[in-house]
Amino acid sequence: MGKAKLEKALHEKIKSNQNIFAPYIMAGDGGLDILEERINFIQDCGASAIELGIPFSDPVADGPTIQEAGIRALDNGTTLTNVLETLQSTKENRSIPIVIMTYLNPILVYGIEKFAKDAANAGVDGIIIPDLPMEEEHIISPSLSDHDIAFVRLAAMTSPKERLVELAKRSEGFLYAVAVNGTTGARTKHDTNVTSYLDDLKKYSDVPVLAGFGVSNSEQAHALSKHCDGVIVGSKIVQLLHEKQFKEVNRLIQESILAEVKS
Amino acid sequence: MTAYTMPDKTGKYGDFGGRFVPELLMPAVLELEEEYETAMKDPDFTSKLNYYLKQYIGRETPLYFAEQLTKNLGGAKVYLKREDLNHTGAHKINNTIGQALLTARMGKKKVVAETGAGQHGVATATVCALLDLECIVFMGEEDIRRQKLNVFRMELLGAEVRSVSQGSGTLKDAVNEALRYWVNHVEDTHYIIGSVVGPHPFPKIVRDLQSVIGSETKKQIMEQNGKLPEAVVACVGGGSNAMGMFYPFIEDKDVALFGVEAGGAGIETNKHAATLSGGDIGVLHGTMTYLLQDEHGQIEEASSISAGLDYPGVGPEHSHLHETNRVTYTSITDEEALDAFQYLSKTEGIIPALESSHAVAYAMKLAPEMSPDETIVICLSGRGDKDVEQVKDRIGGEL
Repeated sequence: MGKAKLEKALHEKIKSNQNIFAPYIMAGDGGLDILEERINFIQDCGASAIELGIPFSDPVADGPTIQEAGIRALDNGTTLTNVLETLQSTKENRSIPIVIMTYLNPILVYGIEKFAKDAANAGVDGIIIPDLPMEEEHIISPSLSDHDIAFVRLAAMTSPKERLVELAKRSEGFLYAVAVNGTTGARTKHDTNVTSYLDDLKKYSDVPVLAGFGVSNSEQAHALSKHCDGVIVGSKIVQLLHEKQFKEVNRLIQESILAEVKS
Repeated sequence: MTAYTMPDKTGKYGDFGGRFVPELLMPAVLELEEEYETAMKDPDFTSKLNYYLKQYIGRETPLYFAEQLTKNLGGAKVYLKREDLNHTGAHKINNTIGQALLTARMGKKKVVAETGAGQHGVATATVCALLDLECIVFMGEEDIRRQKLNVFRMELLGAEVRSVSQGSGTLKDAVNEALRYWVNHVEDTHYIIGSVVGPHPFPKIVRDLQSVIGSETKKQIMEQNGKLPEAVVACVGGGSNAMGMFYPFIEDKDVALFGVEAGGAGIETNKHAATLSGGDIGVLHGTMTYLLQDEHGQIEEASSISAGLDYPGVGPEHSHLHETNRVTYTSITDEEALDAFQYLSKTEGIIPALESSHAVAYAMKLAPEMSPDETIVICLSGRGDKDVEQVKDRIGGEL
């Protein structure tokens, strides 16, 4: 369970020469009662891990698609507490690693130590906190470490080399390479310097490097995966699930993980 | 009292403050801190700042002995620090001129800002016109409705005002959008935040730039009255006028400091913006501080008649001064603020901003309990012209 499970799952994909694909879904979008079904569906599509978003009232790193999904989830009464309860009661029914993505405040109010303990019990394998830079992470890192939850760090293209090296060194499970200078959401193309940024991160990092933000189709997934270990797709998946276009989700995941052209 | 040295090197005020921002913004936040520290040690920069404060903004502002108000209240002598007489009509420009000069110094050409009542937006648009910077101001749609004239003023000054419809369409939502804009344009844009909130070094920069209020007050009260005041009162939304007024007095332990939050319809109704009186600790907009939030850590909407106080957070330094009891935080309801708005207009011929009316209302309670040889200074943070229409609607145009 936990960190080891996440690392093992990702390394197996890499060993079998697949691109890693980790979809982001918003917990409670469509109701918490369908969360288990959604997780199983994503698992069956062949995803490597699930990034599970916790809705927050003020998501400043997110673009419109995820903001709206968060509002729908909050309107459905979704809370960190009932998401963890749902994960706990359904944990025997899934094998795919779960990485929670949440802003800091819901965890703070829940209680940091209690959160780490309950998340571990609920079968959460990793955590991503977009508003917690290295300078402040000491408030939570010991608790996550005690409960064997992988603490995934985010790197940005604005970070100077020293910070990228340090983030890569600290990151657990995988390193989240933010691939745009902006908020989440689909982009038609990425900056040309994204490839050298990913190449650099691959050099610095012992854990897999996944590119996220702005990735919305398999062409982008393939292009980016040539320079790292795979991608995270958020807004596009959230939108497709909201529109119940399950075949499209399946196709996007299947096409993206295909081993082709990986030189 | 030991020397007050907040914040520490990491931007903490005791347990509060810090830099809770995405990694993408960290380099900008670190660069800003360095640029700011260097600039404040550079005599060219500080003399330019002082030049604009004097010749453009019109400082120093008067410390006015409100004789009529004093007589009517029958207690302490009441002085008004006239920040309403600054260019653009409020204290906000003390901060924006400094940050706009910093923007130019950093070689950035674009500025983004948020605004509630529109005062910070106008103050930002004004200095951007002066220094030839491109300016985008995010404003909640509810606030746009409440403050139509300020929107037009900003446009007249060459700024682009973008309406924010998310959430309750007030200040918090405008800050979210301004932060998102900054995340998307950090390389060529500076975020001129309007209060002592946000990630370090913003609370420190804004406090330092606003502390001209308290420094002048201290000198002026000594000249006029020969001793420091017994009490200083200021309104607190994010808390920039209060922090600027209080900061130079923090080590003067005989000066009681009172921060007045917006009590809205009353703290017990849950429709208020009194973060320190009715909130608890959390992280919002890059800083750890007191917030209005539910038991799951979701931020709640604030509510106040005054758009400028309508914010569910408060500057982290205020949270610290609250915890250490150096400042007494209290609240005033919409009704009390409206009464004070009319009372000061009639007794002194000064129409205060609805924000500042909260401070006036509290001083009106405090003064009668004090003796005539004691003094109170009220920070009159802004003028009330912008609020006249709203007040007329509220009181039915009948006086």
